[in-house]
Amino acid sequence: MLSFFNLIGRINMSKQAKHWEKTRNLLFITLAIWFVFSIGIFFFGAEMEASSFRPFGYPLSYYMTCQGSLGIFVILIFWFANRQEKIDEEFGYTEREDD
Amino acid sequence: MIKGKFIDNLPKVYGIYTGGFLVFIILMAIAEQAGMSAKLIGIFFVAFTVSIYAIIGYLSRTLQLDAYYVAGRQVPTVFNGMATAADWMSGASFVAMAGGIYFKGYGYMALLVGWTGGYVLVASLLAPYLRKFGCYTVPDFIGTRYGGNLARVCAVIVLTVASFTYVTAQINATGTIASVALDIPFGIAVYVGLASILLCSMLGGMRAVTWTQVAQYIVLIIAYLLPVFWISNKMGAGFFPHLMLADEVARIAELETQFGLGTVKNSAADLATVPKGLAGITKAHSEVNTTPWKFISLAVCMMAGTASLPHVMMRYFTTPSVKTARRSVGWSLFFIFLLYCSAPMLATLSKLSLMDPNLTTGIIGKSIAEVQAIDWYQNWNQANLMFISDFNGNGTLELNEFFMGGKAVVLATPEIAGLPYVISGLVAAGGMAAAMSTADGLVLAIANALSHDLYYKIIDPKAETRKRLIVARVLLFIIGFAGASIAALEIQGILGSVIWAFDFAMSGLFFPLVLGVWWKRANAPGAVAGMLLGLLSGTAYLIWVRNGGAGFWGITQLTFGIVGSLVSLVSMVVVSLMTKAPDSATQKMVDEVRIPSGRTVLGKQH
Repeated sequence: MLSFFNLIGRINMSKQAKHWEKTRNLLFITLAIWFVFSIGIFFFGAEMEASSFRPFGYPLSYYMTCQGSLGIFVILIFWFANRQEKIDEEFGYTEREDD
Repeated sequence: MIKGKFIDNLPKVYGIYTGGFLVFIILMAIAEQAGMSAKLIGIFFVAFTVSIYAIIGYLSRTLQLDAYYVAGRQVPTVFNGMATAADWMSGASFVAMAGGIYFKGYGYMALLVGWTGGYVLVASLLAPYLRKFGCYTVPDFIGTRYGGNLARVCAVIVLTVASFTYVTAQINATGTIASVALDIPFGIAVYVGLASILLCSMLGGMRAVTWTQVAQYIVLIIAYLLPVFWISNKMGAGFFPHLMLADEVARIAELETQFGLGTVKNSAADLATVPKGLAGITKAHSEVNTTPWKFISLAVCMMAGTASLPHVMMRYFTTPSVKTARRSVGWSLFFIFLLYCSAPMLATLSKLSLMDPNLTTGIIGKSIAEVQAIDWYQNWNQANLMFISDFNGNGTLELNEFFMGGKAVVLATPEIAGLPYVISGLVAAGGMAAAMSTADGLVLAIANALSHDLYYKIIDPKAETRKRLIVARVLLFIIGFAGASIAALEIQGILGSVIWAFDFAMSGLFFPLVLGVWWKRANAPGAVAGMLLGLLSGTAYLIWVRNGGAGFWGITQLTFGIVGSLVSLVSMVVVSLMTKAPDSATQKMVDEVRIPSGRTVLGKQH
């Protein structure tokens, strides 16, 4: 039932509202990944240290704080930028090059 | 010279510059072999790099508003990334961070996570939208989005409090390095540092700061990475340290147990003899040694603070488009990542050099007299950055009897590991570049907010371009001078005040900025309440905890931004909902900001 109303809503939405909805969804996904690697995993510092998964031989907790999470953030931002550009393109909101 | 053509030639120009700098390092190395004194090498390194920045600053002089405030909005993505990285990485990142990791281990590495994770928030929540807005300063956005001078003034207040706290620490850092490298008293060195900072920014504003920051990034990253790779190879730890130090990390844990870390404790009377500011190793190197909440709360504060610090945000106003602003955040973080992922490696190599009895550089376990006779020990002991004492009277140096200043981990490690002095000179130049570039960005952020938002927008909206730019420069000078005077008093450490700056910015600006884009219903009274109550409650909590207050929720003086920003969020939402919704023009403006194409909300020159 709920999804039915969502569908109706989607049909009636303007181009700009649809663009914003997609942008917002991308934001939520990005922030969810960000949350996991900046906050979530550090609730389990002791468990990570005890883990037998040791990237390059480092204890997992040590590795995530000094390289793992940091590298994931770099990749995450570029991935986000690409996705957002695709969304902008889809709705014709891409800037002209000569702007 | 620096016109459209310059922009097209950027890779070539900075390629030649990098090559020239490498040649300079080689020349210095040859001069060292030929018998040039260590002191002279230090002076050459600092003087040479600073004069290059000053020349770039002079060549970038401008009389145009948009060049002065936003570098003409034509800084390419990758170069803006480098400039942001230099803007961002301060004396705290360059000089103090590896030291913090060395002493505190895992608990301290929350700063690494916080100072990088914040960029995800910058890229997704703010930077592209503020770029679309087309503002000159952060208060410019707040003032136009919410309307009214009151909101604008509040934003200027928060910006000034946060940035000023930050900038005194940076001028302090430039002073420290200048005083060591040039061998002059700290009180004078602070003003030498200030003079170099002003040389870079005074004539060309944002344009000059942009091109000097790129040059400074190149110097600082070479200065940081070269010793890390060199020491690692010299020690035989692996030719690519970032992926190959696992054995060394394990070896440190082994040595920690062997030397009785945590079991042998110093008495309070013994510790009283250690000079102020020096510390011994009390925390394990790689073990999880802190509660999750302590780690997470610090990381959260640094992340939200990153997204609210105006000197970082204004760098994204200089890109040609919204798309490039977004990508530029990614490049910024990449360039920051290069240094941040090396800091723990430097701490590991430094610690192992000192601790491992199997290495020729190891001092723990040697006789006290032997260590006291070492050249570098005498130098750094004189500089008040190293200290040993035979507490248990056995004549041998134990782990708990060795003390070092946090700065020494970066500044002294090349010497300890037996690298030629030219590397130490290079590291001094790198530290100077890091502190100067951040100070430049901060002084400019404050001066621009005061000249554009306070003077032009509120006091004298009819002022001509020429007058506006004169006011901007006079303010730049006054603020720099005030910062240097406070830095000369040496009230607080570098790292502590940097962390405070993040908390201040987060308390007052995080939610007013984010909700300005993401919540149409947010209005001026709400934003004013959010900024003022956030800043006041955060400050009140800080004062309370500093004066012996117990605090709550485990929030310390380093994480008071959590209190400030929560108060800010609640008051902003409540007050906004209790007052009138923003008019349709404002709502339309927010809609406009949310799509990348089309004109900016504010005109090219405003």
